[in-house]
Amino acid sequence: MSPALEILLVAMLTAAACALPGAFLVLRRMSLVSDAISHAVLPGIVVGFFLTENLQHPLLLVLAGASGLLTVYLIELLEKTGRLREDTAIGLVFPALFSVGVLLIARFAGQVHLDTDAVLLGELAFVPFDRLIWRGIDLGPRALWTMAGLLLINALLIRLLYKELVLATFDAASAAVLGFRPVLLHYLLMGLVAVTVVAAFHAVGAILVIALMIGPPAAALLLARRMPTYLLGSLLFGVLSAVPGYGMARLLDVSIAGSMATMVGVLFCLVWLLAPETGLLARWRRHRRQQRDFALDLLLIHLLHHEHRPEATAERHRATLPLHLNWTDEKFARILEEGQRRGWLRLEGRMIHLTEAGRRHARKRLEALAPAPHTT
Amino acid sequence: MDFTLRIVMTGAALLGLISGSLGTLAVLRRQGLIGDAVAHAALPGIVLAFLLSGSKAPVVLQLGAAVSGTLALLWVQAILRTTRVRFDAALGMALAVFFGLGVVLLSAAQHTAGAAQAGLDRFLFGQAATLLREDLIVMAAAGILAFALVLAFWKEIQLVLFDEAYAATLGLPVRRLQTLLIVLLVVAIVIGLQTVGVVLMSAVIVAPAAAARQWSSRYGRVLLLAGLFGLLSGALGAWISSLAPRLPTGPLIVLLLTALALLSVLVAPARGLLWQYVRRRRARETARQAVMAVLQELAHRHPDAAHPHPTATIQAALGADVPVEAILRDLERRGKVRHTPDQGWQLTERSSHTP
Repeated sequence: MSPALEILLVAMLTAAACALPGAFLVLRRMSLVSDAISHAVLPGIVVGFFLTENLQHPLLLVLAGASGLLTVYLIELLEKTGRLREDTAIGLVFPALFSVGVLLIARFAGQVHLDTDAVLLGELAFVPFDRLIWRGIDLGPRALWTMAGLLLINALLIRLLYKELVLATFDAASAAVLGFRPVLLHYLLMGLVAVTVVAAFHAVGAILVIALMIGPPAAALLLARRMPTYLLGSLLFGVLSAVPGYGMARLLDVSIAGSMATMVGVLFCLVWLLAPETGLLARWRRHRRQQRDFALDLLLIHLLHHEHRPEATAERHRATLPLHLNWTDEKFARILEEGQRRGWLRLEGRMIHLTEAGRRHARKRLEALAPAPHTT
Repeated sequence: MDFTLRIVMTGAALLGLISGSLGTLAVLRRQGLIGDAVAHAALPGIVLAFLLSGSKAPVVLQLGAAVSGTLALLWVQAILRTTRVRFDAALGMALAVFFGLGVVLLSAAQHTAGAAQAGLDRFLFGQAATLLREDLIVMAAAGILAFALVLAFWKEIQLVLFDEAYAATLGLPVRRLQTLLIVLLVVAIVIGLQTVGVVLMSAVIVAPAAAARQWSSRYGRVLLLAGLFGLLSGALGAWISSLAPRLPTGPLIVLLLTALALLSVLVAPARGLLWQYVRRRRARETARQAVMAVLQELAHRHPDAAHPHPTATIQAALGADVPVEAILRDLERRGKVRHTPDQGWQLTERSSHTP
């Protein structure tokens, strides 16, 4: 396997592993917890490093995960006092824990290789250098195995607890009544998030973890109407942003993680713009169409109203009509053309006539707009 | 006190004052984490401003930061208006995507500008020690401008903060006022970036407001108190960090602010948890005394002083809203009353002799 392929594979596996718990975070309106956890694991990593003097030691993962869970616990503890709202609690807890981490590094780490930015930014490009060797056999990059394992764990747990998680997400009260233990599920999900964050940001850094947890599910939310499609979409969008993200990084020789995070945003914007039905473009076109149809209806009804009346000549003259309707000539021309195209209007010289079909349509619209009053 | 320390302390105090008081704008709308998002989203603006101008002057970089921070929040607003994506997800995504773009630009700047870009990343973690006298002037000017705006639109800001719908019915330009709030917040955050950095900015916005909120329910006071808390923590944090080597200023300020917020949650007069605990204890004591008084009265009137009385009799004497049963159990644990299974409650020998 070439190093480039290894990096790309790790990136895709990480994206997939992050998207699964991230999808539930987004639905539970807890997206920013991933932000908090990703920063607050720092003291765990630092303490682990002091104990083992090795940035690869598994104990670091355990301690980082523990400080991630501690973050969640502290946030809820503060919230439960009723004196602070959730966002305030989050905004208090993670900077405090992060500060402890930074202070520890500054005070005691001295010259050892442990930078805050190494922890925060991550570097996918280094993935191929850290290999898993077993009995002298090179099994590939260590991160590949970590992320594959993590994806497996996330997928398995979410598959096993799918029903419970979905119910607890949408209706915690019912879930509790049915004996599903929402609190336990909540901490399980938070544990999953913490472990995923810790394992992932070793390779990709704290910020890409947040992008990968929240961005792809947010994009999927624009399209999906059902839970399975939503989860699948989250996975797909995550993996999809990895490929062009890495491509752009290679092409421009820039940070891979940053490039992938950017692609997450680009992908979201594309979906936001182009989604059928709900996309901005589709809405804009629907809006335009509705405006045009309404204008056309108005013109037809106007003509119908003045048909066979003394003023009819003036009221259907190409020159006076735009003034009467208070339309620009440009708009009038557009609507007139559309009416002719649909066979509702006929232009004879400068006079506009309703066709039989146009008359029928105008009556129908008039009926729909102002239904005849009921008489009993 | 040497000159550099005076500059750093003044800068940190100004930062605390401005960010702390303006932070109330976000915290009281339950959007405290906007600070975190804007701080992260400032990065691409900082790098672009440097790449375009070739200058590392703080004013130039701060301008870039303000532009990209505002853009990020406008993106969030547009997402909220047009999709089902909620505030937390929109904010988190904007934060991460903008920061990612910033990292891309930063790594690109390393190629094109070589070593000239060194120091740009001090905005990530903040370095109070690099503050110059010129920076203070910029901070003060931006702060004065922000406060002037707050004062000028005081009534409108309060209305929009607490009741948007009502503000709209009064004919106020709610959308424009919201944009004003965003701009004010962005100013508060951008001012702080150089001192405390991206990650810790969130605490400087949130903690003073959270602390101040415990001491008052009036918006004006909360804003002033938050500013005061920010100012004190900033100055104190900068001073402590000068006492020993390798004590970074930003984390110290943040830890002081957090401590202040927690302390406020505990001891603030009306809302403090400590006083709540004391009040509950006192209320329980009063209730216990009332129940004892009823029992003593009953014993006094009854021919047999040791005659047990059912719970209902005591309940009737005190009214329905006193949790008599629980209080009696409590008294039983304390050895003041005794329970006879079939008949009811009686005073123990120990308590029947005390008046």
